[in-house]
Amino acid sequence: MRFGLIMSEVGSGLRRNFSMVVSVVLVTFISLTFVGAAILLQMQIGQMKGYWYDRAQVAVYLCTDVASDNNCKLTEATTAQKDAVAAQLKSNTLGPLIKNVQFQNHDQVYQQYKKQFGTATGSDFVTPAFLPETFWVNMKDPNQAQVLVENLSHMPGVEQVKDQRAYLDPIFAALNAASITAVGIAALMLVAAVLLIATTIRLSAFSRRRELGIMRLVGASNRFIQTPFILEGVISALIGSVLASGAIVALVKVFVQGFLNAQPSSTPFVGMSEALIVVPILLVVGAVLAAASASVAIGRYLKV
Amino acid sequence: MIRFDQVTKLYKGNARPALNAVTLEILRGEFVFLVGASGSGKSSFLRLVLKEENPTRGQIHVLGQNVGNLSSRKVPYFRRNIGVVFQDFRLLPQKNVFQNVAFSLQVIGKSRGFIQEAVPDVLKMVGLAGKTHRLPHELSGGEQQRVAIARAIVNRPAILLADEPTGNLDPSTSAGIMTLLERISASGTTVIMATHDAGIVDQMQRRVIELVSGQVVRDERQGGYQTQAIPIQGFDAPPLTGRTTLGVEQ
Repeated sequence: MRFGLIMSEVGSGLRRNFSMVVSVVLVTFISLTFVGAAILLQMQIGQMKGYWYDRAQVAVYLCTDVASDNNCKLTEATTAQKDAVAAQLKSNTLGPLIKNVQFQNHDQVYQQYKKQFGTATGSDFVTPAFLPETFWVNMKDPNQAQVLVENLSHMPGVEQVKDQRAYLDPIFAALNAASITAVGIAALMLVAAVLLIATTIRLSAFSRRRELGIMRLVGASNRFIQTPFILEGVISALIGSVLASGAIVALVKVFVQGFLNAQPSSTPFVGMSEALIVVPILLVVGAVLAAASASVAIGRYLKV
Repeated sequence: MIRFDQVTKLYKGNARPALNAVTLEILRGEFVFLVGASGSGKSSFLRLVLKEENPTRGQIHVLGQNVGNLSSRKVPYFRRNIGVVFQDFRLLPQKNVFQNVAFSLQVIGKSRGFIQEAVPDVLKMVGLAGKTHRLPHELSGGEQQRVAIARAIVNRPAILLADEPTGNLDPSTSAGIMTLLERISASGTTVIMATHDAGIVDQMQRRVIELVSGQVVRDERQGGYQTQAIPIQGFDAPPLTGRTTLGVEQ
């Protein structure tokens, strides 16, 4: 009986305020799509970090005859110096942090160089002696690379210790900026959505002020009076949330799975499982925001 | 039933109190007329009983409860014991007579069975048995007020507040409404009626409380609109000018 009465109130409210309800739906739709996109982007960053950081190595470049930086004085690193570096890598301080170490001499480095830059202009001038011999170190925890850098940089015969993760940072910074932008837009749109919901509910309450007045007069409980209005806000916001969820799923399906995964690249992308984590978040955010703003908006009519 | 204890009500931005140190008691089953000029505090009095307003100072007890201590969550349940009728009826225009009365029961969660039984009963009592499916605009003013009274008493409240219920009605229709209110009073409901209608007050000879500028200047057991007796309250009222409400030399 009471449930039926409340639902019929909700229905008449939604019909009466149709244009406002449509605008609430659209605004929540767009704002929550941005929220979802931001979450997906963060997930993408996390996934890429996990993938690339595992593969990123620390390179210990040794001195060559042409290097004058750091500890090098235009002399090739001696065998003793190389052995010292190798020993240091196996020592008690560094050994436990390192997964494995691979040494490349001049020829191996040159081969790799040829493979990567063989056709580039000027590559003909490069000889094996130009290219430093290198220890490639895989860390157990990539975040501890700095220890290696500090420990080895000052050893004689070491030109430079380079954490390859540094090359990735600009990419992650760019992705982060994109995600922050999405969050910013989402926040602005959510503010608009909350205010719009509040206005809609006020309008709806105003158009039913006669009924509200009589309800209060005859002693209808506050919960009974406010429930239809809160449901009205929540239902319209939920429609927007469902649309936003659909947009996120479609984005992942068409753009990420359909387009990005078709590109020749080894980078892992977010998939359906991540999209399905985002969907409930959007539904809950939409419903909670709507309920909160609607109950604040209707509160004025419940004051005794 | 209703007790006011030194109640003062000040509205914001108005230095003159709407009610000034009002002390009075209304007993169960009494029929009380509240008379006085516009702005004398009659409506404020009714709103305070209903806890639509809180007193600035003083204590109000209604139905054994200290209204000031009532939490806003309990106010709706408190109001279910009080029926209210207004000068402008306040019916829902798109609902018919039956629905208007039933609405007030639906929103306090009464069962369908109870409503089907109680509403025709009360409509019969107010004399609208044959007009249950009319819309308010199809009824005369007197009939609309009967619907409003039916709505106010359908839940069998202990108190019925009427704020100038005959203010919009012609004298003979008013007489009909008064007969109805008298019958409700006779069934044990306390009726408090604010009115300007001297004829009705004189004819009924019930308790009359007169307010002037927020103060009780007269409280008579069986009074008229203007008193014939020496007032039993109101000696501390400020000197009255331009009105011969007291009927005696001041």
